[in-house]
Amino acid sequence: MDSIDRTIINQLQGGFPICDHPYRVVAERLGIEESELIQRLEQMLEQNQLTRFGPMYHAERLGGGLSLCAMSIPEPDYERVTEQVNAFPEVAHNYARDHELNMWFVLATESPERIASVLEEIEQVTGYRVYDMPKQHEFFVGLKFEV
Amino acid sequence: MTKQTQYTLDQLDRKIVVATQSGLPLVPEPYEKVAADVGTTAEDVMSRMQKMLESGIIRRIGAVPNHYTLGFRGNGMSVWDVPDDKIQEYGEKIGALDFVSHAYHRPRHQPLWNYNLFAMVHGRDRDEVLTKAALIAELLGPDNRGHEVLFSTRILKKTGLRIKA
Repeated sequence: MDSIDRTIINQLQGGFPICDHPYRVVAERLGIEESELIQRLEQMLEQNQLTRFGPMYHAERLGGGLSLCAMSIPEPDYERVTEQVNAFPEVAHNYARDHELNMWFVLATESPERIASVLEEIEQVTGYRVYDMPKQHEFFVGLKFEV
Repeated sequence: MTKQTQYTLDQLDRKIVVATQSGLPLVPEPYEKVAADVGTTAEDVMSRMQKMLESGIIRRIGAVPNHYTLGFRGNGMSVWDVPDDKIQEYGEKIGALDFVSHAYHRPRHQPLWNYNLFAMVHGRDRDEVLTKAALIAELLGPDNRGHEVLFSTRILKKTGLRIKA
């Protein structure tokens, strides 16, 4: 990764234009060729320096439900519960964390109403309580990740 | 927050979401390519995406950096117990810090869970994350009634959020 890649990452976390030739517009601003910009983006995606390039959608505004959930699972049951929780297609991410609440996952459902019923199903299947922590407010976070 | 207008998605909008949620085509005319995929014109795709952007359905269009591969290996979920009547003020201040990528107000579950403010902190390693969390503690002063930093020890599942066609 060189300074042009870094400039691309730093300047292109938002504001990609909606027009006929958006890559050309951005490339001109960066002082490189359109083909070079496309090739660099391809390469950074391949090397996993970028996880994605394109529009980032707001899950709730698409009509779906979203919540962060936590569980406290004793070590002997951890693998079993992990399998049971992960088997739900609504579980998008799941992380082990070093805390009494040692399993944290994001639930994404087709409708907001589905969240409660999926939580209940998870509790029934695993035998453990699920702590539901839906966001009550999201604070504005600027685009500022710099490399 | 910018003011956002309401916008309800129709079938074609949903097709555009499905066609672009994993990425925009890396071709000179990406909206033309999306239009061909969903069966409309580039002008239509562009005007629909513009409306979705203005209404906040699209948060932004651009590159999503991978913190981990870019050397920020120590991300920690910092959680804070702050007075409810000051959460807006502190949430905005903490969200504006350059090492915080997300900040949310979430419900407490007492007595096990007393924290109402979550801030994802990024650093090159755990020590750097803890140093940065200390800056948040300093910012909160006496209104920091307790906090912890939870590090992830394992990714158990990661599929991302996807809507169906």
